Amino acid sequence: MNAAWLPLTALATSLLVVVIIFALPEDARRLRTTINLTAAVVKIILVILMVRRVAAGHEDIFSFQVIGGVDFVLRSDALGVMFAGLSSLLWLCTTIYAIGYLEGSANRKRFFGFFSLCVASTIGIALADNLFTFLIFYEMLTLSTYPLVVHNGTRQALDAGRVYLRYTLSAGVVLLLGTVLLYSLTGDQSFSSEEGLGDYLNDHRGLLTLIFALLVGGLAVKTAMVPLHGWLPRAMVAPAPVSALLHAVAVVKAGAFGILRVVYDLFGIELSVELGIITALAVAASFTIIYGSLRAIAQEELKPRLAFSTVSQVSYVILGIGLFGPFGTVGALAHLLHQGLMKVTLFFCAGNYAEELGIHRIDEMDGAGKRMPLTSIAFTIGAFGMIGLPPVAGFITKWYLGVGAIQAEMYWVVAVLVASSTLNAMYFLPIVHRLWFRSGPAHGKGNWPKEQRLGRFETHSWLLLPMVFTALVSLGAGLFAGLPFSPLDWAARVANGEYLP
Amino acid sequence: MIWRFGLFDSTFEPLLPTHWALLVALGLPLLLGMLAALFPPKRAWPVVLASVPVLASGLMLLSAYDQAGLLRWHWDIAGVQLSLRLNGLSVLLLLMTQVIGVAAALYTPGYLRLSETGPLARWLWPLMGVVLSALSLIWLATDLLTLYAGLELMGLAAVGMLMLSGKVAALVAGMRYLLLALMGSLTYLLGVALILGHWGRLDLQGLAEVVEHGPVAWFAAALVGAGLALKAALFPLHAWLTPVHENAWTPVSALHAALVIKASLFILLQLWSILLPDTFYAPRVIAWLGLLAIVWGGLLAWRTDSLKTLVASSTVGQLGYLMVAFPLLLGPDIAPLTRALAWEGFWLQLMGHAFAKAAMFMAAGNLILATGESTLKGLAGTSRRLPLSLLVFGIASITLMGLPPSSGFTAKWLLLQAMVLSQQWWAVAALLIGTLLTAAYIFRLFRYCFDETAPRHCYQPLAPGMDLIALTLALIAFALGLLAHFPLELMHGGSP
Repeated sequence: MNAAWLPLTALATSLLVVVIIFALPEDARRLRTTINLTAAVVKIILVILMVRRVAAGHEDIFSFQVIGGVDFVLRSDALGVMFAGLSSLLWLCTTIYAIGYLEGSANRKRFFGFFSLCVASTIGIALADNLFTFLIFYEMLTLSTYPLVVHNGTRQALDAGRVYLRYTLSAGVVLLLGTVLLYSLTGDQSFSSEEGLGDYLNDHRGLLTLIFALLVGGLAVKTAMVPLHGWLPRAMVAPAPVSALLHAVAVVKAGAFGILRVVYDLFGIELSVELGIITALAVAASFTIIYGSLRAIAQEELKPRLAFSTVSQVSYVILGIGLFGPFGTVGALAHLLHQGLMKVTLFFCAGNYAEELGIHRIDEMDGAGKRMPLTSIAFTIGAFGMIGLPPVAGFITKWYLGVGAIQAEMYWVVAVLVASSTLNAMYFLPIVHRLWFRSGPAHGKGNWPKEQRLGRFETHSWLLLPMVFTALVSLGAGLFAGLPFSPLDWAARVANGEYLP
Repeated sequence: MIWRFGLFDSTFEPLLPTHWALLVALGLPLLLGMLAALFPPKRAWPVVLASVPVLASGLMLLSAYDQAGLLRWHWDIAGVQLSLRLNGLSVLLLLMTQVIGVAAALYTPGYLRLSETGPLARWLWPLMGVVLSALSLIWLATDLLTLYAGLELMGLAAVGMLMLSGKVAALVAGMRYLLLALMGSLTYLLGVALILGHWGRLDLQGLAEVVEHGPVAWFAAALVGAGLALKAALFPLHAWLTPVHENAWTPVSALHAALVIKASLFILLQLWSILLPDTFYAPRVIAWLGLLAIVWGGLLAWRTDSLKTLVASSTVGQLGYLMVAFPLLLGPDIAPLTRALAWEGFWLQLMGHAFAKAAMFMAAGNLILATGESTLKGLAGTSRRLPLSLLVFGIASITLMGLPPSSGFTAKWLLLQAMVLSQQWWAVAALLIGTLLTAAYIFRLFRYCFDETAPRHCYQPLAPGMDLIALTLALIAFALGLLAHFPLELMHGGSP
């Protein structure tokens, strides 16, 4: 039985929300919130249904012809539902957070409309079964993110938006070119086809390499691989929920996910190795990891530090691909989820500090642990995870990547991992130290920059709950990594089912 | 090539209702226009009523074509052979004309009520009627004389419409347009005279049989081409376009940019496919000019401060996309697959652009009407007060930028594939550069609109529906991208 309605409904749920939100008046706050949350829950249920069907061995396909030879195809495969699961879970958390964060501010209809569109695009990206479909949602994501980045309407935000567009639209053009070249060569090449592009290797080696470079180059901009990362730190001017979404699920992850698709599903890992480009990818990823960490150390404000940390951490996914072994693959796939969970937690925390205490700079964070214990615990969990300390999820990924590197006999990668962990510790531990072990303003050194009492707890409960939840999940993903349906288990399932001999 | 235009013999006798549908499609806009001059509608509902039969006639012709394939009508009036044909392409263009025409007509009462239009306003209606009828005639005509008549009628009415606002600048720009349009017609007529003198045929099908390639054909093609290029505002003959739109009323601009200039392009391609089916250079020259048009139009739009100039200059650049496709449609040694892709891409781009540009002019008109400002700077902060107009503008510009899933994207996809297959890399570059340039000027506008630091000014409320009409057009342009299969299916020329 082919339940084609499942992927379609999952996509339509978010798109429908977009239409409804834009049609509602600006001040229909309660209704908008209800619709947002209902749709997010419905989508999680739909994704769970898909996950169960995929686990039972059914893949649901929806397709129709757009133009001769080019189809629009949605398919729920193991990798796709994995990303869909991440984005739908974090959609719910981020929506709750955003509702609390934007309390009383202007242009909320526009915000939530484009926010939902953004998430709809990620679902489309997750379920797309060929490059054409993927490209549609990938570009939709670019467009829907712009209004979010410039949401504050300040000069700085508008400039950041301009930089963002310059990077992403140029990348989109490159990606389009690669896609068209591929289609001209092979016709409609689906992600699920078994053959891969191996047949074309003898006659079109150069062209294949060019296509690979164009595709990965275009995707690498959103993944924020150095030197194409320039937009990401500047996009920090966006409101905190947007940053969380951008860094954890939507934009950078969409890029990394796209590279996964290109390497594993389009070219196939063997052909990629054969073309000799995989190692180049691993080197580029390693460079990005080190460079991002170094830049993160130099930042004095919290959000830019987290941003450069993203630049660094997302490339673990790419590095995992570059190890072309089972452990590398599992590590890459698991990190897609782990990094999302941990990074979203960290950005929620950063937003909470900014909202509740007015803290933007790292040196203002002294003693905040006492004033906002839950937030600070969550932050600590996220930071430990990023460093790779057990039992948080990040440890699992680093372990798998390390084992993968040794198996692939790429010992320099181990060195990169060690160096990166050290650097991560260098920029996260001082913050943790400041939070817990230094005395803050409450101890008689003056006031917080802009302290407000936002709620009964340490801050507004809409801001608190999603953060606590994602922190617990990041912890759980590490602690219970061996249980079925944990991120690691699912990553292994994807890797076993599709990419490993 | 010419069979794609339906110029070949495989005639089905049209059914009786089809005659009526044809008559309604060609005559009713004219008639309604006259009627509206006498009793100008103040509200939208009479226009809604009037548009029902017009749209119905188009749909009837569509279903007739669907059932029978190519349709053909012959009349012998006083020794003059008159014939019309209806193939997939003309049905599509006819429907497009009717939908955009109806949208413009629906938009008009609200617009006229809200802006200070003066006593000439009532004459807008008959002129619009003439334009729509003449356009319908052009899509269906099969001989040079009918084409000329349609072109001339349409051109004169268009000039009239554009000058109606009565401002000095509008009159100056309009007079210039009139002069150039007449010059264009004259050049076209010279070409027609040459064809008639040399081959003695005016019907396209007969002409295609007797035409032999050589200097006469080249010369005739050059004359016809120059005249039509002038009317279509193809680069570098585009200079008249922006000043004309700068001062025109919104529904007029929408009709003009979406449809009127496209008609000349349609005729041009059709005639050249007969006169120059296998020439190498002429289509390439057009394509190179197209490349320049993309860059130049984009730069013009990027630099301007006036919203209407931006929208109008964008037309110049977007026409470049169509020009770049010329060597894929005409010329020797083109593989059938390439040509089919280019053919589909060309018309999809043309239709998508028509809907999107009409929507965009309406959205721009709404923004200008509501704020009273016509510069980009003046629009600062509008995102909060006029979200719908801005959303329409945004959706329309997605089509113009060619971003998915709009029709602009699908058309670009088809064209790119054709270009890659025929290895025309510079054309690929042109299309990709065009995308980025378009994005550059579009987002310049949004940058101003999202600026929250700007002072607020007072806003004039718009009539209900003015935004919705534009939204509908924009959504059609948008949806055509994913649903392109259906219209393109129709367009294979009605032959195996």
